[in-house]
Amino acid sequence: MTRLDDATLVRLRDALREPDLSGTRYRLLGPVGSGGMGTVYAVEDTELGRRVGLKILDLEDAEAEARLRREATILARLEHPGIVPLHDVGRLIDGRAFYTMKLVQGERLDQYAGRQHPLPERLRVFLRIAEAVAFAHARGVLHRDLKPQNVMIGPFGEVLVLDWGLAKVLDEPRPGANGGAATRLRLPGDTGEGTVLGTPGFMAPEQQAGGSAGVDARADVFSLGALLQWLVGEGPPAALRAIARKAMEQLPGDRYPSVAAQAADVERFLDGAAVSAYPEGLLRRAARVAARHRVALGLVAAYLVGRGMILLFTGH
Amino acid sequence: MSRVAVALLVGGTLGILDGMTAWFTPEARPQIVGIVIGSMIKGLIAGVLIGWFAKKVNSLPAGIAFGLGIGLLLAFAVAAMPQPSGKHYYFEIMLPGAIVGAIVGYATQKHRGPVPAKAGI
Repeated sequence: MTRLDDATLVRLRDALREPDLSGTRYRLLGPVGSGGMGTVYAVEDTELGRRVGLKILDLEDAEAEARLRREATILARLEHPGIVPLHDVGRLIDGRAFYTMKLVQGERLDQYAGRQHPLPERLRVFLRIAEAVAFAHARGVLHRDLKPQNVMIGPFGEVLVLDWGLAKVLDEPRPGANGGAATRLRLPGDTGEGTVLGTPGFMAPEQQAGGSAGVDARADVFSLGALLQWLVGEGPPAALRAIARKAMEQLPGDRYPSVAAQAADVERFLDGAAVSAYPEGLLRRAARVAARHRVALGLVAAYLVGRGMILLFTGH
Repeated sequence: MSRVAVALLVGGTLGILDGMTAWFTPEARPQIVGIVIGSMIKGLIAGVLIGWFAKKVNSLPAGIAFGLGIGLLLAFAVAAMPQPSGKHYYFEIMLPGAIVGAIVGYATQKHRGPVPAKAGI
């Protein structure tokens, strides 16, 4: 009997794991990436002649399938340029559930941040992420797993927030309930109370404690604070450090009340304006205002110096 | 407020202030009213041109450069005017005039213009 070497075994295992797409409109192109729940493949939509991403469970499992379907349902309600759009859901011939989405090309945020980018550019990327998350919050969805690996930067600078597998749907009024009491919408695969979900370092303390009930938009504010701190690296300006610190306060009540408020502070920082998280004294305020209007001040100073020199040297 | 209106306002105001600096020159004091009015008109003309440029080009460096050029040109025209004394104060008029033009260019480009109305249903 012939023994198979390790490389052959790996190839065989990969071949076995590859999805059988017969009976669907998709043709397999190759794997793109994998996570805890499943694998994403690049496939060709043969009907529309375009490449899309296909996310599929690694194993047939009822709970995982419910989660995958739940993620698809959440993605379907989040139509935003910063959130990867869902195209289709279905089931393979082997019974595994899948969904297809836009094939996201580009680089992950951790790869992007590994190169030298000016601080304003990094902050603009952060604002795009915050915009997508704020949109999801407005639709009653918390991401709960914001981290550099879950953000993609496209070749044209587009920023996409990925992996909504741990997302939580907040209480919201049932459609058509005119002003009635809020009713909790439950989706298949909703995470139960006491389940710890997220990534250490980017996860809010209340999320780490496993209390899904106490988690609200401020948990994403915390994660975005951690993301901001990570994105700007070492030695950022004090005002920016203060924004990240406020977002990462231990108690949710001490954080920004919303992602929009947090993003507004970052925007103010970018504009050279005062940020709410960083009280400043008169001197520091004067220095900031002078820095913000340095061109105007330079021109006025040039005028005054010019006038002074004319008076001094010509007497006119 | 439109960019042209801002340029006119800033140009006219700075023109008045620039003309008032003639008070520091004793021999020019008797003509100060004429100088201030002339300087204001120069500022308004510069404002119209700089405002028109700002409507076409949205660039701070280009706006400052254009303002500098217009200020320099108009100040040269004023300085070249025949004087009773026969003397021309090119440097004394053109240096501040150019910088004032640059300030008008800066202020106009910094102004974002009127906010477009949102479409309603």
